[in-house]
Amino acid sequence: MLPVPTFDAEDWAAVGLTVRLATVTTLLLLLLGTPLAWWLARSRSRLAALVGTLVTLPLVLPPSVLGFYLLLMLAPQGPLGQFVHELGGEAMPFTFSGLVAGSMVYSLPFVVQPLRTALAGLGERPFEVAATLRATPLDRFFSVALPSARQGVLNATVLGFAHTVGEFGVVLMIGGNIPGRTQVLSLRIYEHVEAMEYAQAGWLAGGMLAFSFVVLLLLHARGKPALAG
Amino acid sequence: MMVHDTRDIVACFRLQRRGFGLDVDLRLPGRGVSVLYGASGSGKTTLLRCMAGLERATGRFEIAAQVWQDDRVRRFLPPHRRALGYVFQEPSLFAHLDVLHNIEYGLRRSERPHDRSRLDQAVAMLGIGALLRRWPAQLSGGEQQRVGMARALASWPRLLLMDEPLAALDEARKSEILPYLDTLHRELAIPVVYVSHAADEVARLADHVVLLDGGRVRASGPVAEIFSRTDLALAQRDEAGAVIDACVETHDARWHLSGLRCPAGLLWVRQLEVPPGTPVRARIAARDVSLALQGPRDTSILNSLPARVCSLVADVHPSQVLVQLDAAGVLLLARITRRSLDALALVPGMQVWAQVKSVAVPR
Repeated sequence: MLPVPTFDAEDWAAVGLTVRLATVTTLLLLLLGTPLAWWLARSRSRLAALVGTLVTLPLVLPPSVLGFYLLLMLAPQGPLGQFVHELGGEAMPFTFSGLVAGSMVYSLPFVVQPLRTALAGLGERPFEVAATLRATPLDRFFSVALPSARQGVLNATVLGFAHTVGEFGVVLMIGGNIPGRTQVLSLRIYEHVEAMEYAQAGWLAGGMLAFSFVVLLLLHARGKPALAG
Repeated sequence: MMVHDTRDIVACFRLQRRGFGLDVDLRLPGRGVSVLYGASGSGKTTLLRCMAGLERATGRFEIAAQVWQDDRVRRFLPPHRRALGYVFQEPSLFAHLDVLHNIEYGLRRSERPHDRSRLDQAVAMLGIGALLRRWPAQLSGGEQQRVGMARALASWPRLLLMDEPLAALDEARKSEILPYLDTLHRELAIPVVYVSHAADEVARLADHVVLLDGGRVRASGPVAEIFSRTDLALAQRDEAGAVIDACVETHDARWHLSGLRCPAGLLWVRQLEVPPGTPVRARIAARDVSLALQGPRDTSILNSLPARVCSLVADVHPSQVLVQLDAAGVLLLARITRRSLDALALVPGMQVWAQVKSVAVPR
């Protein structure tokens, strides 16, 4: 058993930053990912097939590859960086907003996929029923699609949050591991290990292990496979 | 010929799909129940979905002088802008809402969201007052379908479309729902278009029948006329027979019989548990009618009606013929053997006695 170490301010900053990052990322992804999943679930166009593939790409790409491209794009002279600059925004690499942008790409499939599966599983009938009861398309989305797919929304929220908490490569590339600013928990653990501070690393790592285990256990306890389809 | 009411429903649709085409030009009465009748694949459901706007055919659809679709002027109202109620074949309640909220879903989006009178009426007519706090998963199939009907009615529709609402139910559940459909039929002021492939249902509920075959209209007219026509495929089946609108006139407690009054005379049937004055629909199958040249004498047959022979047509089997009879305006069918036809020397215009072995009153 490792002795309980004293966590310093940087440890706590990493925990706080990680929770904040995962919360912001998950909320933004739910906001953008739900309409995207809705479209992917219902469209039969080739464009949807293409976009569907792009959405799942972060599942298989090494995070460092993903982070590398994001860094190039978000750099002040990169295409996205210039766009942000013209809007009057600060350069994103090595900032919190850069971390959020990177995390959103990294966790995108974990939010969109469960939503898409749940929405596609509803079929056409409930929406036809709602239409004959005078519900407009937007009304049908909020009054029928979302409540009927609430298990999918829950899965997407939990997986998006947990997956963002667990990222490493992308945040390292795009955040630069600046203590207090862009140093998330996984990076903090890595730093402790490099400094041979195994007690701190062990307790932080154990905390994350317990967190991830409990999250997945809760999902399985609800009896629905989280990433089916 | 026909007087066209401005409340009529006009339905002209053309739709081409792989292996199936719909091509209809119909005018339906703006009141009562019109049944779209035909075998599966005849286009009944497709036609109903076109009326709802769930299917995009080209053509025109008009109800009570409101134009819901007219492609000549590029007008097509999507389903949510049509004041209609739709009952699907399988119960389609929203699983995330309880019964009351299911029923209120349409009402809240209707033109009169705060007027609950139609909702209350629908709940009473369909007998679901005790189910309002339950969840769809806790209801039987029959109860779910009744809630679905109440939900459609509560939204103040101008037209009620029903797609074989009994097809997904077993016999027991069907007979549980049919009395409620009778009530709807009697009390509803809006027109109903009802899809069915069951002759029993049609004979019981329909005022107007549209016979569909291969996406086209074979015949369209009042139920009594359609069921007693000898030139339609309907006549060749076992269920061929007359449909008669009658009224309970009297009960004979001693013999446990009820007398039904119709233009052709008084028909005696097994006692019905309804008060005198109640309108009922009676069916007389062609196979239950035999013909005699003389009036009833020393016979066990209760119901004998004087009638005139209208026409004779060959039946499916060469040994039989179908005889269409006119009994004081009521059209009857009799299925008799060719041998009897020959023995009685029946020809159109002849006066005969129709001996009715059995009168069915669906209950």
